[in-house]
Amino acid sequence: MNDTTAGYYRRSPLARTLAWFTAIAVVCLAFADIDITTVDPWAEFGRLALGLVTPDFTATENLLHAIAMTLAFALLGVSLSVVLGFALALVFHIALVRGFCAVVRAVHELFWALIFLQVFGLSPLTGILAIAIPYAGIVAKVFAEILEEADDRALRTLPPGTGRLSALLFVRLPDVWAHYKTYALYRLECGLRSSAVLGFVGLPTLGFHLETAFRQGNYAEAAALLYIFYVIIATQRLWARRQLLPLYLVAAAAILPWSSAISGANIARFFTADIVPFPLRNGEGLAGLLEWLHNLLIQQALPGTIATVQLTMIALLATGLLSALFFPLVSPVMFGRAGRTAGHVALVVIRSTPEYILAFVLLQLWGPSMLPAIVALALHNGGIIGHLVGRYTETLTLRDDAPRGLARYGYELLPRVYNGLLALLFYRWEIIMRETAILGILGIATLGFYVDSAFAELRFDRALVLIAITALLNIAIDMTSRRVRRHLRLRTTLEGR
Amino acid sequence: MQIRVMGIWLAAAILATAIFHVPQTQAAEDTFVFTAIPDQDEARLRSRFEKVAAYLSDELGVKVEYVPVKSYAAAVTAFRNDQVQLAWFGGLSGVQARRLVDGSQAIAQGVEDPDFVTYFIAHESTGLAESSEFPKEIAGKTFTFGSKGSTSGRLMPEFHIREQFGKAPEDVFSRVGFSGDHSRTIALVQSGAFEVGAVNYKVWANELNEGRIDPEKVRIIWRTPGYPDYQWSIRGDVDRRFGPEFIEKVKAALLSMDDPDLLASFPRAGFIPASNADYAPIEDTGKTIGILD
Repeated sequence: MNDTTAGYYRRSPLARTLAWFTAIAVVCLAFADIDITTVDPWAEFGRLALGLVTPDFTATENLLHAIAMTLAFALLGVSLSVVLGFALALVFHIALVRGFCAVVRAVHELFWALIFLQVFGLSPLTGILAIAIPYAGIVAKVFAEILEEADDRALRTLPPGTGRLSALLFVRLPDVWAHYKTYALYRLECGLRSSAVLGFVGLPTLGFHLETAFRQGNYAEAAALLYIFYVIIATQRLWARRQLLPLYLVAAAAILPWSSAISGANIARFFTADIVPFPLRNGEGLAGLLEWLHNLLIQQALPGTIATVQLTMIALLATGLLSALFFPLVSPVMFGRAGRTAGHVALVVIRSTPEYILAFVLLQLWGPSMLPAIVALALHNGGIIGHLVGRYTETLTLRDDAPRGLARYGYELLPRVYNGLLALLFYRWEIIMRETAILGILGIATLGFYVDSAFAELRFDRALVLIAITALLNIAIDMTSRRVRRHLRLRTTLEGR
Repeated sequence: MQIRVMGIWLAAAILATAIFHVPQTQAAEDTFVFTAIPDQDEARLRSRFEKVAAYLSDELGVKVEYVPVKSYAAAVTAFRNDQVQLAWFGGLSGVQARRLVDGSQAIAQGVEDPDFVTYFIAHESTGLAESSEFPKEIAGKTFTFGSKGSTSGRLMPEFHIREQFGKAPEDVFSRVGFSGDHSRTIALVQSGAFEVGAVNYKVWANELNEGRIDPEKVRIIWRTPGYPDYQWSIRGDVDRRFGPEFIEKVKAALLSMDDPDLLASFPRAGFIPASNADYAPIEDTGKTIGILD
């Protein structure tokens, strides 16, 4: 390194931070298991491709039921979360509320579903709460941030002595209401994705059949299910209308099979027996408990945490690189109308596919290493960031004599969107970590793998400890990410959330 | 304008789907519900077991319904939470379930189940051939179990691996996976994604019959000694709910099932009586390898 580059790294906190992140990711990659283990992945890929062009919409038993359930869980879960999140956002200045929201959103909806499956069984409450609870934490945080960042000029003109409630209702809320609506609509899209994915752990949504179809190699059926899913998401803006919402909610509540009884005894048993560490239930006392905890931490939590962090850091770097590759595809500064349309379609497909499903497909093709998870996380998150950054470039005007082609990308475009892209990337760091843990359910040895094993062995005491560790890890990443963004003065706009 | 019209149509379609859709699982209080562990061919679970539901309904004179579940653990949970009263379990899942539900009992097993077998299978590239001795050459290769909660796909093979090598599977093999079910295990070893795997012998025979196994690519290298496996388990409190002697009636209905089409759902040649004590070896094995506390 010569003098000027060294000087540059000393002066620029951004370059220094990025160098650190890159170095960490490269070290993680060096130790990562990224082999393609299938002997002939292309034969399977050929079958998948064939399935994608010959979707079979008749193969799924109870297809309409699965679609209705996917919509019902999403609508009810998201509505509940928006109401709860709104209420929490109003008292978000209370530290306890902030902490509560951080904890509930740090636990992935699939983990919530696995817990509620024990408590409520296959009752509709399981699906609704699995979406509503983590989402309420997310909504509360975003709504509170919107409120905080709102223009406060109107507020400052209020006469002294104006009640807080009046100020909120008549001055502050009207300002942010449109933002809230936009965000709620976006949450519904996420809710549809989550609802579908909940099928992977047994709820009767599209994911239930999608998982089976992919696992059994029925790609024509899987393709049909995926296409239905894309259509639901892509047409959301057409059917998700405020006037119809009450009607939808009533219909959703009406079709869910409420008759499956919820037993108070089951709920009580879960909290008073199931999650009590086994040595305590077995009367082995404190010594037994410590040994149990020690074994759990050393044999499962530690390797799981290492793999989780490793995968997160690699995926973060890969997401950053892919975002930089993706955004020009939808940027009017780089491509004409035809090229952009193709780019839009590609990015819509990539970002609408839940990363869980992407990873699942790649895992079938390449075999169980970290590679499918890295690629899935990078594609999905890169698709989202690429789309947002690409949209931002629509507001740029270049000089008439601006360079063209690669030079335009490298010297004009990238420098201008660089900070925005990084802000989004660091914002999604925590989201990537959440997903990383969950990908363990697919067999990659992150924390989710051990959580899934604990549930498979019906050891809810262990599952809960591991989920708590996952949540702590998420909260730590969230805090670090916020610190990094503040340090680098990176701001995320509303759309980025 | 056009988009608006489309939106209204879509909204109408979605509402219609919701409103006219008759919920499938409208289980009334007096419906007798059963499930089965999703051990193979999951895409056809419903068509396989709804026939069995119809048969049981005729025999027992109560409404009988089958609910599909996604995992072995989900089957156990549904049994424990009384969302199903009867279940076709594997050896291990049955033990797990009965430990959690007082008074529950194993009432019937397949003719083949007292002497069940796991096959170790290998991809042809390993060069391994069938032997009567445990194939110690599998050390260092990649290995896949079936479901984490499977008796034939996890418990018994792991028991033999630990016994032979004195080590956990993760320390014996270069990579250990859980395929999820037996059909998938065969597919994964056949494609070479894993070099060696452990599979339920009935599923192997079934897939072989249906032409889904290429003998050039995947072959049996070892057969485990026999052990007790699948069984029907029933909750002890059904007599109170569905009338006296209900357990006996269910047992009789299962034992007299002789329609080959129904039996093919399992697949078994027929059913014979079973008791909780038959599965004590499975419970002991589970404790030995640390799956059960």
